[in-house]
Amino acid sequence: MVELIPIKSIKDIPFDENLFPGTPACAGCGGLLALRHCLKVLGKDIVIVNAAGCFTLLSIYPFTPFKNSWLYTAMACAPAGAQGIRDALDILIKKGKLDPKEDLKVVVLTGDGAAYDIGLASTSGAINRNLDFYYICYDNEAYGNTGFQWSGATPLASKTGTTQPGRLSPSGAEFFKKDLFEIWRSHKPPYLATISPSHPVDLHNKFKKAEQYKGPKLFINLSPCPPGWATEPSHSTILAKLAVDTGIWALKEAIYGDIKHTHIQKKFKSIEEYLKEQGRFTHLFKPQRQESVINKIQERVNKYWHSVQEYTK
Amino acid sequence: MLTGNAAAAWGVRLANVDYIPAFPVTPQTEIIETLSKWINDGVMDAKFVTMDSEHSMITAAGAASATGARVFTATSSQGLVYGFEMLYTIAGWRVPLVMINVSRGLSSPITLEPDHNDILATRDTGFIQIHCEVCQEVMDSILIAYRLAEDERILLPVLVNMDGFHLSFTREPVELPIIEQVRKFLPAYKPNHAFFKASQPMAQGVAVLGGYAYSYFKYQMHLASKKAIEVYREVSEEFAELFGRTYNTVETYMADDAECLLIMTNSFTTMGKAAIERARARNIKAGLLRLRLVRPFPEADIIRFVKRAKAVAVLDQNISIGKGGIIYSDVASTLYNEKEKPVLLSFISGLGGKNISIEEFEFIFDSLVKAVDKGEISPPQLLYTEAELIEINRLKNIVGKEKHYKFESGD
Repeated sequence: MVELIPIKSIKDIPFDENLFPGTPACAGCGGLLALRHCLKVLGKDIVIVNAAGCFTLLSIYPFTPFKNSWLYTAMACAPAGAQGIRDALDILIKKGKLDPKEDLKVVVLTGDGAAYDIGLASTSGAINRNLDFYYICYDNEAYGNTGFQWSGATPLASKTGTTQPGRLSPSGAEFFKKDLFEIWRSHKPPYLATISPSHPVDLHNKFKKAEQYKGPKLFINLSPCPPGWATEPSHSTILAKLAVDTGIWALKEAIYGDIKHTHIQKKFKSIEEYLKEQGRFTHLFKPQRQESVINKIQERVNKYWHSVQEYTK
Repeated sequence: MLTGNAAAAWGVRLANVDYIPAFPVTPQTEIIETLSKWINDGVMDAKFVTMDSEHSMITAAGAASATGARVFTATSSQGLVYGFEMLYTIAGWRVPLVMINVSRGLSSPITLEPDHNDILATRDTGFIQIHCEVCQEVMDSILIAYRLAEDERILLPVLVNMDGFHLSFTREPVELPIIEQVRKFLPAYKPNHAFFKASQPMAQGVAVLGGYAYSYFKYQMHLASKKAIEVYREVSEEFAELFGRTYNTVETYMADDAECLLIMTNSFTTMGKAAIERARARNIKAGLLRLRLVRPFPEADIIRFVKRAKAVAVLDQNISIGKGGIIYSDVASTLYNEKEKPVLLSFISGLGGKNISIEEFEFIFDSLVKAVDKGEISPPQLLYTEAELIEINRLKNIVGKEKHYKFESGD
């Protein structure tokens, strides 16, 4: 294995773009910010296999913002599409029907609805079969493309189209966010990481590291979503950083299941700073402050970090 | 001697398929087990992968086909409808996948035996459909299917259908063709339209905005499917020249002078042919027409034979709940604008593998004769024998329903 020299600064990120502007994505889309960086590392010799979600609308006939190939499948089965393409490329190369120079990296690109909910089985299958592919999940914590409804990735108390705070149920979403990182990690894939558009150097180094492994290389990106989170489009990067600084979005990686946190803070900011920034949590602060709910969220974050060795030692 | 499933596997082996994503489901499983063994033994150079569902399986098959490989997969019944969404999707990708469906009645109640609600549910997806009567035809149809699917004038996936149990598990003599002749008939697949490679980035399966764009691509599929009838004739002629077996879009049996014509599909047609002989012995000018190509619907060929008859019965082994026989509706709409057309009667039987008895066939021909002689048109009939009614009542008694039913009907 070649020794990796991690980049240290944003100035070391390649200048070349593989994702061009002019997409129909919303202004300030945190998913698109991250994707741009992911594609800088992955290069143009890739095929993106997409599931139904916001990014399905990136390629609309006859336009595409990508230098690379693209296949839209359906909502539940992008990893299965990746399996078909990977296997076909392998067998065609093996049989001498395709020049090995024509080979492509296969990259699944889905939102959280596909990754956490409807496509969980097909992802589990692909990871279990040790499929050599990348998975980028742009997680905006709800079904964004249909107008922001509750998904398995929605955090406790978030207001969504289907968890609207009301008289009988004033707190928004009633469940904690599903821990997809741990579900994926239980398969012990060669590489698994969380990323954030606010930490492009960390993102870049993680993709570089992942490149060394054959098998599933999985990424979950916390994607601030201005229309859904009810935030300023220009604040997306700040918000993504705040998620890391408050500890609610832990930057980490797991190699064959062994976890390492890639960003540790001595002291985390209060979760309230993160929640207050977002329209989807305003009901926690007015008309009345819902102290117990805010505490519940903070306690969950605290409990998480107390279980992290690198943090407690 | 090969089962229908083994004949299917041989067709796939002869077609030099590159890739087989699979998922087990009765009564199809023997096909994928056979292929898996051949691949593991090194007698077949292909990649085999067991997927996590039929939905994933059809996706992987379509995606591999879109990458440029020759791909095969197989399913049945519940599996077919579990992957239903992807049938539409990959047909829209215009990829030349060949897939087998081993027909089995759909749940519920859950059963293992055949009828055609599974395969006919997929009739609007864009897949070309070839329905088989015997095991030899299953193998031959796979070779024909790849020729059709990969033809640049078509570029649509193909479903080959056979009945579960009656074909899938029944051994019949099957003649295996010489490999050189197969290569001549079906050369290696060279994709010119759908592929993924580094030197030529391509976006496939992309979204459209606006009904005009959507409609355009759907019309294209329909026109390609209609075109497949003409291509089918070319391909089947070539097949007959090379292998000596003729497969027209429809098969006829004693139909040339038939006044009473029976229309059927798939393996129960063999029983239908025996019924024709019995009817002929009763001096009824009976004949049979079996639909082989079901999508595209071979309208011209149907009209050609049907117009000669005075009365026609469609025996559907499917039921569109709240309407009736599916093939009946298709045949009726095919004939509607013909100036001279026969009387068209509808019969449903053979659901979930229900036997179609000698009495039922007799009833059908009696109805046809009545229609010809006296102009009596019987309404659509759900066929069921007295023996079957006694048997189901016995079962209902066991669960205690029969008594209750009698009480209610006595009110």
